[in-house]
Amino acid sequence: MEHLKVTVDGTTYQKEVEPRTLLVHFLREDLGRVGTVVGCDTSNCGTCTVLVDGVSVKSCSMLAVQADGSEITTIQGVSDGNDWHPVQSAFKECHGLQCGYCTPGMVISSIDLLNENPNPTEAEIREGLEGNLCRCTGYHNIVKSVQRAAELMEGTKS
Amino acid sequence: MTDVVDTGTALGRPIKRKEDARLLHGQTNWTDNIQLPGTVHMAILRSPLAHAKITHLDVSGALEMPNVVAAFGAAELGELNSSVPCVWPVTDDMVAPDFPALAKDTVHHVGDCVAVVLATDAASAADALEAMSVDYEPLQAVVNMESAISPGSTLVHEDKGTNTCYVYNLGGGYDEKVKEADVVVKRRFINQRLIPAFMEPRSVVAAPMGMSDEITMWTSTQIPHILRLLIALVTGIPENNLRVIAPDVGGGFGGKLQIYREEILVAQLARKLGRPVKWTETRSEDMVATHHGRDQIQDIEIAAKSDGTLVGLKVDLKANMGAYLQIITPGIPLLGMFMYPGIYKMDAYDFQCTGVFTNTTPTDAYRGAGRPESTYAIERIMDELAAELGMEPMELRRKNWIKHEEFPYTTIAGLTYDTGNYELATARALELFDYEGMRAEQKSRRDSGDRVQLGIGISTFTEMCGLAPSRTLGALKYVAGGWEHCTVRVLPTGKVEVITGTSPHGQGHETAWSQIASSILGIPVEDIEVVHSDTGRAPYGMDTYGSRSLAVGGQAIKAASERLVDKARVIAAHQLECSPEDLEYVDGVFQVKGDREKAQPLGAVAFEAFTAHNLPDGVEPTLSAEATIDPQDFSFPHGTHLAAMEVDTETGKVTVRKYVCVDDVGVQVNPMIVEGQVHGGVAQGIAQALYEGANYDEDGQPQNANLSTYLIPSAPDLPSFITDTTCTPSTTNPLGTKGVGEAGAIASTPAIINGIVDAIRHLGVNDVLMPATPMTVWKTIQAAQGGK
Repeated sequence: MEHLKVTVDGTTYQKEVEPRTLLVHFLREDLGRVGTVVGCDTSNCGTCTVLVDGVSVKSCSMLAVQADGSEITTIQGVSDGNDWHPVQSAFKECHGLQCGYCTPGMVISSIDLLNENPNPTEAEIREGLEGNLCRCTGYHNIVKSVQRAAELMEGTKS
Repeated sequence: MTDVVDTGTALGRPIKRKEDARLLHGQTNWTDNIQLPGTVHMAILRSPLAHAKITHLDVSGALEMPNVVAAFGAAELGELNSSVPCVWPVTDDMVAPDFPALAKDTVHHVGDCVAVVLATDAASAADALEAMSVDYEPLQAVVNMESAISPGSTLVHEDKGTNTCYVYNLGGGYDEKVKEADVVVKRRFINQRLIPAFMEPRSVVAAPMGMSDEITMWTSTQIPHILRLLIALVTGIPENNLRVIAPDVGGGFGGKLQIYREEILVAQLARKLGRPVKWTETRSEDMVATHHGRDQIQDIEIAAKSDGTLVGLKVDLKANMGAYLQIITPGIPLLGMFMYPGIYKMDAYDFQCTGVFTNTTPTDAYRGAGRPESTYAIERIMDELAAELGMEPMELRRKNWIKHEEFPYTTIAGLTYDTGNYELATARALELFDYEGMRAEQKSRRDSGDRVQLGIGISTFTEMCGLAPSRTLGALKYVAGGWEHCTVRVLPTGKVEVITGTSPHGQGHETAWSQIASSILGIPVEDIEVVHSDTGRAPYGMDTYGSRSLAVGGQAIKAASERLVDKARVIAAHQLECSPEDLEYVDGVFQVKGDREKAQPLGAVAFEAFTAHNLPDGVEPTLSAEATIDPQDFSFPHGTHLAAMEVDTETGKVTVRKYVCVDDVGVQVNPMIVEGQVHGGVAQGIAQALYEGANYDEDGQPQNANLSTYLIPSAPDLPSFITDTTCTPSTTNPLGTKGVGEAGAIASTPAIINGIVDAIRHLGVNDVLMPATPMTVWKTIQAAQGGK
């Protein structure tokens, strides 16, 4: 077992983990942060995407021990309590989700995308979300959600 | 164009979804999130071979592994090894092989369940699989359907003596009628095998709960009510001791319309071990163990006069059942049977379907379930007929479709389409598409020999929703009814519960059902809670599939809400000392006509009904009403989809340049949700046309059973869609609704392929296999040009 110290959504945890434990399993099973979900076993679907030190990472493609000392933000930590991050608001407003299973990863990836490129074109949004699969929406309203989120975030800056 | 009627109520408004707050904040209750004290996790030893005898199985090694509690093969499981049910014996002589939860002596497809191990954590259970000892004697696998039904073929189930599951026939007049035709066009279409690949992998938890003998099952299913009944029937767990809950369910698309062997195993083992048992599939398990969809060989023949008037249609299907029959496997092609004539008038229609067993994962419902296959065939062959006749493909359709003034119209397949307006939807689609402009550009590119050619794909489709009047289902030998239930309760605090038998998994029922109830009760949407997907709280229901939830379930909500107002009116009249007829009900308040001061809101009526201190004689306490509605007939959404397809003739690369769809789904409860359903459906249909296909090699080994190799389109692979709607209300239900869950997936596949063929028909191409990958398209062009 390895000793691990991470901050997840503002709470610092110290745990012993098996070296083979994936970050996503550590989040879900050891910490009970079940907002982040698992959709595949080949790192294709992106449902498990979280921010590690501010950068989006598929948490199935990283060992928990690799996150030692990191600050992790999951879907449960992007806004405080009942508050809404602009990306969350935009997804609701633009009907950017249906079953909602891809949504945690989509929201996190969209936040990361907009951090890097605050005014993306449609093509840039589609390329930027290439690692996140959605089976319900056909992506049409997800693209609109990210465009709307960009507007909302621009508004908060000015 | 979108005909949103202002009802002055919540009905018809694009209200933002109630579901979204929890889904967007990671506060969702997926089955895999459930972690009960004392849970043991199940892992499954699956067959690596498509067909083999199990010559040796010893699970005892697993018991020596850390944290392992128990392990079972078929022998150890004994009488608890229940069989998976099939509830649709389509013919009296249908061949139905035994489908035990754990294979007994032979495995029949890769992924077949051989043994299980239970450990206190999932990783230990997975590790322990390695400690089981199993030997197989490989048998010849049967993968190709035509080989399977050839004389002398290896048998998937030796004891059955045949690989033919059934042969089903309808019609019979084609061969005589075809003599009147001037033109006959024949094509063989391959509707390839698809994997539903909902985003949430299946998961099930079963646990003995509380002080009773109750077993509670949480499972990621579309059909908690049907599942409860069938699990009770096959396991022997008394139905009254079984509660089934479908918590938040992450997509289904038909793939969770099933009683899976893993659900049977988890239920049986929770009972045997007396503790919670949990199983969550990996994605790679899902792709061999969750049922697949489509997989038909379609031999289609269409006959017409030289002026384009249709004479008849002949359909000969071979439908791949896979290795076993699941819940409605054999019936899926028959759901399509009624729809091969599409929107067209003709004088003869012959249908034959042969169900075939192969050593592959069983097939069953996948978004559209039979109707995408039939729509693909008719819309593709209409284009081929148009080409043969030298007619504009839309003109050929217009000449033959049922005209607006001809509804209701009984088709050659025997269905009565209640309403439709193909002219209106098509006119709108042509306008949005700039059809004439596209045709002009197509001509100019063709004339200039442009390397990138443009094609226009048309799909003027209809489908049937609201499955179905129970008597009709009975006539088709489907062992269930088609009704739906709703109970509406007003609680003493004035809050409302709408208890539905539908079971959403992304469709937004919590929002839409609130809108229906709100429009009748006058109670704000936010004060209405939709209770669903729990046989303990919502005991009656037939669940969600076949675009039935609104078309059937919506009627029950409307009827129950109206009955509730009727009961409340009697109580309010008593309280207000007037006759019920003297009351009008406005915005949730009973008012005495002509005296607005005398009024009682619904919540106050509910409190009076609760205390029962002063109720009129003969009126029972509590304020609730229920309705169980059997639909009078199907509903028939339709629409016109147009795809502008660009084909790079040198590389085979295909691009969807523009996609326009105008759908007529009748009256809309929430246009935002309708539009979202269309988007998702169109995307899945495009995915069949361009990207997806589950492949096996000749030994029955899956070639792409994971998300690295099975290409579910991601955002850059799809365009934005141009959508609109027309509204021709259905007359088969009082809301005038039709259904929209499957429409897009049914319509878009032929639009895309027709567009590709249209782009390269001048090169000698008259069909392209799906998925139309660049390699497939390039090879098709090469072959048509006389290359290899």
